[in-house]
Amino acid sequence: MDYGHSERPADSAPLPTAVKILVAGGFGVGKTTMVGAVSETRPLRTEEVLTAGGAAVDDLSGVEEKTTTTVAMDFGRITISDDLVLYLFGTPGQDRFWFVWDELTLGALGAVVLADTRRLADCFPSVDYFERRGTPFLVAVNCFEGARRFELDEVKAALNLDPEVPVLLCDARQRSSGKQVLIALLEHAKKLRAQASS
Amino acid sequence: MTVNGGAEPDQWVDEQAGSVVRPYLLTRGRARPVAGTFDLISLVTAKRPTAGTSAAGLGPEHQTIIELCQRVQSVAEIAAHLDLPVGTVRVFLGDLVAGDLVRVQQPRIPADPSDDSIFEAIINGLRAL
Repeated sequence: MDYGHSERPADSAPLPTAVKILVAGGFGVGKTTMVGAVSETRPLRTEEVLTAGGAAVDDLSGVEEKTTTTVAMDFGRITISDDLVLYLFGTPGQDRFWFVWDELTLGALGAVVLADTRRLADCFPSVDYFERRGTPFLVAVNCFEGARRFELDEVKAALNLDPEVPVLLCDARQRSSGKQVLIALLEHAKKLRAQASS
Repeated sequence: MTVNGGAEPDQWVDEQAGSVVRPYLLTRGRARPVAGTFDLISLVTAKRPTAGTSAAGLGPEHQTIIELCQRVQSVAEIAAHLDLPVGTVRVFLGDLVAGDLVRVQQPRIPADPSDDSIFEAIINGLRAL
C-alpha cells in the first residue's frame, strides 16, 4: 500500500507542510471522482463523529436513539515536493453539515465548485457559502455524457456569479482535466490576493 | 463501567448512545487529546521505529500509528487507515506527542498576501505531474 513518498525525516530535518483545496458541489456531481482522478492514491475516507451536545433526545421508543452523527469526507493527496503536500477534500454534501465546512474551509487555498448543468441548482449552496466566506473559488462544469452543453456564459448568468469567478468545463474522470481545474483555481486565488494587497 | 478523569465524565457513557461509545472506549473515555492540536492536515511523523519499551499505557492503535507514520501522514490519512473517527485519532496522537514519540507539523496557511510562493510551487508541481 502506498502511504506517500516521504520517508521519515531525521529528527532535525524540517517536516513537510500541507495545504488543502476543497471540492464542493451537489450530491453525485463527481466530487469523489475528481479527487480520485488527480490524487496519487485512491480516495480515502475519514469520518468525524459529531455529538449533539446536551440536546434533548427525541422520544422514539423502540428506535435506536442517536445523539451523534457521522460525517464522512473523501479526500486525496498530491505530493508536490519533499516539503509540500496538497490535500483535496470532497465536502460533505448535506447542508446541515455547514459547521464541518467551516473547519474544512479554514486555511484552504480555495475551492472547486463542481456543477452539473442538468441540476445546476445543486451547486447554489456551495457558491453561496464560498462567497460569504470570501474563499477563492471557481465553478467547474462536469461534462457528463448526454448533458446539454450549456454555454459557459449561460452558467455564469444562471449562477449570478461575480464576473471575475472563472467558469470552465471539465471531465472529473480525467486527471489532466482535474489538474487544469486546480491550476486555474490557484491562478485565480493568486490574482485575488494580488488585488487585495494592492 | 468506570470513567477516569476528564471534566465531563458522563459524556460518553450514556447508556443510550449505543455502539457509538466504542471508539471512545479505545481512548478510555477521553474525548480530547492530552497534548497538541491536530488539524485534519497536520502532518505527523514518528520519531522512532516503534513505540518501544518506554511506551507504558500505549495500546495497539498507538503502535499502528507509529508504524504508519514512518512515512509522513496527515491526521486525516491516519484516521482513514485506522478506520476510526478523527476525534478518536486525535486523542491517540495527543498521547504520542506527550510521550515524545511523534513530530507534528501544523498546516501552512498563506497569510502574507505578498508571498505567493506556495501558489507558485503548487501550480508548478501540478504542471509537472
